[in-house]
This record gives sequence, C-alpha cells and structure tokens, in this order.
Amino acid sequence: MSLLSLALSLVFLVLSFLAPHTLTAFLGLGALGVAAFARLEPRVRTLNLALLTLAFTLFLRNSGNTLGLIGLVGILVALTTLPRIPRGIRVVLGLAILLLSVPIAGFTNTFIFELGIQIGIFAAMALGLNVVVGMAGLLDLGYAAFFAVGAYTWAIFGSPQAGKFLQGNFPLPGEYMYLFMFIAVVTTAITGLLIGLPALRLRGDYLAIVTLGLGEVVRILANNLDHPINITNGPQGITPVARPPIDWFRSLIAHLGVRLDETTDYQLFFYLLVLAMIGLVVLANVNLANSRFGRAWVAIREDEIAAQAMGIPLLPTKLLAFMTGAAFSGVMGVIYGAQRTFVSPESFTLLASITILAMVILGGMGSIPGAILGAAALTILNLDILKTFSEFVRTSLPWIPSQVDPAKYERLVFGLILILMMIYRPQGLIPEARHRAELEEEA
Amino acid sequence: MLEQILVLLPQVLFDGLILGFIYAMIALGYTMVYGVLELINFAHSEIFMIGAVTGVEVFRYLAPLIPNGYLLLLVAVVVGAAVAGLTAILVERMAYRPLRRRGTTNRLVPLVTAIGVSFFLQDLVRLIEGLWHNEFFLRMRTVPDLEGSFTLFGGAIFLQTKSVIVVVVSVLMLLGLTYLVNRTKLGMAIRAVAQDLSTASLMGINPDQIISRTFLIGGALGGVAGVLFALIYTTINPYVGFLPGIKAFTAAVLGGIGNIPGAMLGGLVLGQLENFFGTYLPILTAGNFGTEYKDVVAFLILIFILLFRPQGLLGQMVKEKV
Repeated sequence: MSLLSLALSLVFLVLSFLAPHTLTAFLGLGALGVAAFARLEPRVRTLNLALLTLAFTLFLRNSGNTLGLIGLVGILVALTTLPRIPRGIRVVLGLAILLLSVPIAGFTNTFIFELGIQIGIFAAMALGLNVVVGMAGLLDLGYAAFFAVGAYTWAIFGSPQAGKFLQGNFPLPGEYMYLFMFIAVVTTAITGLLIGLPALRLRGDYLAIVTLGLGEVVRILANNLDHPINITNGPQGITPVARPPIDWFRSLIAHLGVRLDETTDYQLFFYLLVLAMIGLVVLANVNLANSRFGRAWVAIREDEIAAQAMGIPLLPTKLLAFMTGAAFSGVMGVIYGAQRTFVSPESFTLLASITILAMVILGGMGSIPGAILGAAALTILNLDILKTFSEFVRTSLPWIPSQVDPAKYERLVFGLILILMMIYRPQGLIPEARHRAELEEEA
Repeated sequence: MLEQILVLLPQVLFDGLILGFIYAMIALGYTMVYGVLELINFAHSEIFMIGAVTGVEVFRYLAPLIPNGYLLLLVAVVVGAAVAGLTAILVERMAYRPLRRRGTTNRLVPLVTAIGVSFFLQDLVRLIEGLWHNEFFLRMRTVPDLEGSFTLFGGAIFLQTKSVIVVVVSVLMLLGLTYLVNRTKLGMAIRAVAQDLSTASLMGINPDQIISRTFLIGGALGGVAGVLFALIYTTINPYVGFLPGIKAFTAAVLGGIGNIPGAMLGGLVLGQLENFFGTYLPILTAGNFGTEYKDVVAFLILIFILLFRPQGLLGQMVKEKV
C-alpha cells in the first residue's frame, strides 16, 4: 500500500515535467487521495505529502492549471487534519505551499494570485462569521453588511468621493489604507453594536431574519445615499480607490532576486498582505476560542438558559461576538476595496452573506481549519470550476440555450450544499473538537 | 403639501389594500407552517414565486385557447395553486422531514436548510425557464377582458378591473381557509398538531400527513397570491419572491406568528403602511428620500415589533419551557 502510494506520487512528479495536462492533475489528485485515506505509516505519509507538494508546485509552474491549486489546498487540509505528522514538517510544508508554491504558480498564471487573494479575503471573513455563528451560535444572515461598511470606510476617503461632501484634500494618499484598516475595525464594530443591540435580544430564528433585514437596509442605504448628500455615489459605486504605494516592497523583493512586473507586483503584495491578515485572524480566533469569552460563547450556543443561570451575561457576551466578527469583516473590506480599486453596493447582497455562511457550514461550525477549507472550496468552485464548466457547455454542448450559463448558478450550488450538509453532515467537513466528541458519544 | 396628501389618500388606501391582501395570503403560509413545526419556512417566498411563474406560463399558453379572461384567470389560479402546493409538499418531504427524523434540537439546522432550499429553488426555476424559453425575465401576457378600469367617487379612486379581482379572490381564499381551519376535520387536526404534536399523534392523528397537508394548503395559498401578483405587477423573474416573502413574514410576525387571523390582519396593516410611506415619503421629505426607502420601512417595523411586542398584535405570549 505504501509503495503504491509513493509510486503514484512519483509518477505524477515525472508527468508534471513531461506532460502537465489536465489529466495529469487528476492523477495527482488521485495520488493525494490515496496518500490521505489509505492506511499508511505516518512516516511514509509525511514523505508522500512532501513529494506531492513538490509535484504539484512543478505542475503549476509548467502549466498554470488551477487544478494544481486544488491539489495544494488538499495537501494543506491533509497537513492540518491528519494525525501523527511531525509538527515541524506540518509547519515547514504549509509555509512552503503558501509562500513559495502559490507565488511561483502565480507568476505562471496571474489568475492564481487572484484566486489566492479572493480565497484569503473570504477565509478571513468566514473566520469572522465563524465566531458569530460557529462559536456563539448566532445565525447572522446580514454579514456582508459589515464587509460593506469596511469597504466603504476606505473607499469614500481613499477616492475623490469624500470631496463631494467634505472640505479637504481627497483622495487621501494610499499609505492611509493601513490607518483605515484600524478605523474600519472601529466603524464596523460600532455598526455591529448598532445592529446587535436590537437584534440580539431576540430568539435564534428571529435573529436570523432581522439580521437579514438589516443587511438589506445597509445595502439600500449604500445604493441610495447619493442624494440629498452624495456620500456613497449610489449604484455606480466608487472608483478609483487608492492603493498603498509599494516601492519598498518592490525593492525588498528585488533583493530576493525576483523580478516583478506591472501586473504581478500588486497581486503578490495583496496576496502576502491577505496571508498576514489571515495569520492574525487565526491567532485571534484560537486565542478567543480558549479565552473566557470563547467559552462563554460556546456555553450560550449549547444552552442559553443554562449559560444564563451560570452567570454569563447574555447580551454583552453576544454583542462582543457580533462586534468581533464584524471587525474581522471590516478589515477585509478595506483590503478588498483597495485590491479591486472599485466598490459598489452590488458586492454586498444577500448572496454574499449566504456565500460566507455556506463556507462556515461546509467546513464545520466552530472549526477554524473548517472555515478556511470552506472558503477555499467555495471560492475555487465559484471563480474557477463553474466558469470552466461554462466554457465546456458553450463549446461542447451547443444545443443548450445561451441563457443557461452554469457560472451564473451559484445560488443553485450553494443551496444544494446547504441542504445536503444539513441533512447528511451537519457538523461539517472538519468538525470542531466538541462536535466530534458529541458524535463519538452518540455512536 | 397637506392638500397633496389628502387628494392622493383614497387611492393610496386602496392600493395598499391590494398589496395587503397579497401579503396576507403569503403570510398565511408562513404562519401555518410555523404553527405546526415552529420553523420559519424561508422557502415559502419561492413557493410564491413559483406560483407567479406558473401564472405567467398558463397565460402564455392558454390565452389563445380560452377566449374568456375570467375563465383563463380561474385556470391560472387553480394550476398555480396546484403547482405551488405540490412544490411545498416536495420541499417538506425532501428537506425538512429527514431533519425531523433525525430529531435535532438545534433551531439553526432547519433554518439553514430552508435558506438552502430557497436559493436552490430560485435558480432551479431560472434553469427551467432558461432551457424552456431561453429567458428568465418573464412578462405576463395581457388579456383584454381583465384590462378594464373605472373610477369611483367622482375620480378620487382609479380602479383597474384587475385589482377588484384580486380583492375578491383574496377575500374568498381567506374565508375558505378560515372555514377549513375552524370547521373541518383536517382543520381540527392541523390545530391539534400545532398545539402539541406528540399528544396529537397519540390521539390517532398522523403528524407527518398533517404536516404535509399544512404545507400543501400554505403553498397553494402562496401560489394563488403569486398568480395575482403576476396579474397586477406583470414583470416576473425567479428572484421576485424575496422581498414580498420577507414582508409577508413581517406581516405574519406583526399579527402574531402562528395565528391565522393575525396573519391576515398583519398583511393588511403592512400593505397600508408600506404603500403609505412609499407614496408620501418623497412628498414629506421634499424629494430627498425617495420611494426606494419603502423596503426599509418594512424591516424597521419588523424590528420594532419583535422588540416591543414579540407576540404580535393578536398572539399570545408563549413561555419558553426549560
């Protein structure tokens, strides 16, 4: 068994050099499946994962095919979830994938950078929502509203827009983006407080509807606050949003001997920035989960009345969860606005909120690696797999009417994911430890 | 300004009434399912949308065959009710029943499922319409019989024949439902299950069957509301259910969720409020805040009710048992 899996990985490695095609990638994914699920010695498995990391990286460098990225995500998941892999190897391999493999692939195919950045932004948001839904058990269906508040916080001041209702020199220079990341934490936390104060007194299912309503209210405001005073520029959105200057970053990278061109420099910068943010968010999440507050949240999730009886103040504890989740989302909103240089109400619909919710649920409520996996899976599905499928339908199945474009059917896919997960695996793909313990008790 | 308001008032009240009846009919579906299962059936707004789309399709294909507009509308209402009711039953079978079988105590699980169903149905309808007609933005076909209009009170109210039909059909539907719930055996069973499911099942009622029928009735009412909505507002797409759905839910909460007369009252009140604000907000704020804020009004009403009178206008307080 171990020989077979190693052989598979080696074959894939060789083929990555000779024939980096789609079929080869599927062979690699198969090899990864064997490495992850077959009964192997821990040592053999570790070696195998290292081999596969190398192979997928080479495959990506030679082809730029996004299936390779799926393979890398799979290896990351295997590294975080499989037992008895030495910790040092986990860290080294994980960092190698994030800091070397993905950028190398990105230079071959810049779309991979785009994917990485989007995955990162969504992963950070899923982690934020994971605090609210997963840990505290508060179903928030208006989460995109906080994202919007964060994005607009920077977009209004980082573009000529602010000059339309304030005296002063706008746009502010790009360096201010870092400052506004902190300001966005404050503005979104205040928004969370304002939304949470009325909503959090309600029972779970009412809370869901009210947050949905308030999320829509924020979107309607963003859409219509172009009169009487033009604050948000209404449905046209705000563009161009300033980006931070990155000359220091270019020279730093040049010292490392990598030549950046006009297209990849910002991509790489934002990719690394988002990675750093995720690191911070994960750190915050882990510490929160083990803190007094995290335990109080879980207690509220499991049994509100018992928690209250044990002296946990309900409303402040829930508000704190709400504001924490909002703050994560707000920071990501600033980065999102700067990266796309364009912000409009269209990005903050109910669909966006449900997308993030689906990520949390797919991964597993309350589970940190789960939220990241969910974000990666759904982002790749949305931006890449569905689009590829659309190409396929257009070219190979011409009898299908032109209006039926699979890339436009995200709701169908997300809806199905939500339904199937709830029926067959409500604890998610990577269940939280507590849920896992519960399941073992039942079994 | 005051004169402007007074001149428009009769018309505004009447338009609000039509909107209110449509909300009332959708709200009944929410309220009945909530009464029986304590589940906010998010997908109900899509059941309503399916009714509307069915209405459009019936008009598209049968208008040349059925010369009489009233008969055509009757067929559309019946077919819309049937399709929507069956969809509701299917949704309950495929999505909610497995969860009940597993017996989760967690409230979030059914709610998340319902959201999933709602999204799934929106795009499923889009897919079907796309494959069928290569478009999913639909227009209701106009039938000359139903397009008349007349004025009342010396021109103070302008009435379309359509709106009168909507009022008549809704009133009939609501009366029919009241009769069904209060006077028939099925209605008694529904009320019994709503009061206490496990005791009802000990009394020889099959709860699964009753839940199914509750979904059928609620879905059929939603479907009729959809057909009437399509008749009045004429432009329909697969995403048209969302806002009316949320507002009808607000109406159900306003009346007291689980309470059938409450849902009717809540719908009528909300229809009036929304139409009132939608018409007068631009006038009152000198054009600074336009009609687009009328949706915000519904949400704010929802929040205020839930905060200050969560049991609604006609509901009773339910103590949470520990």
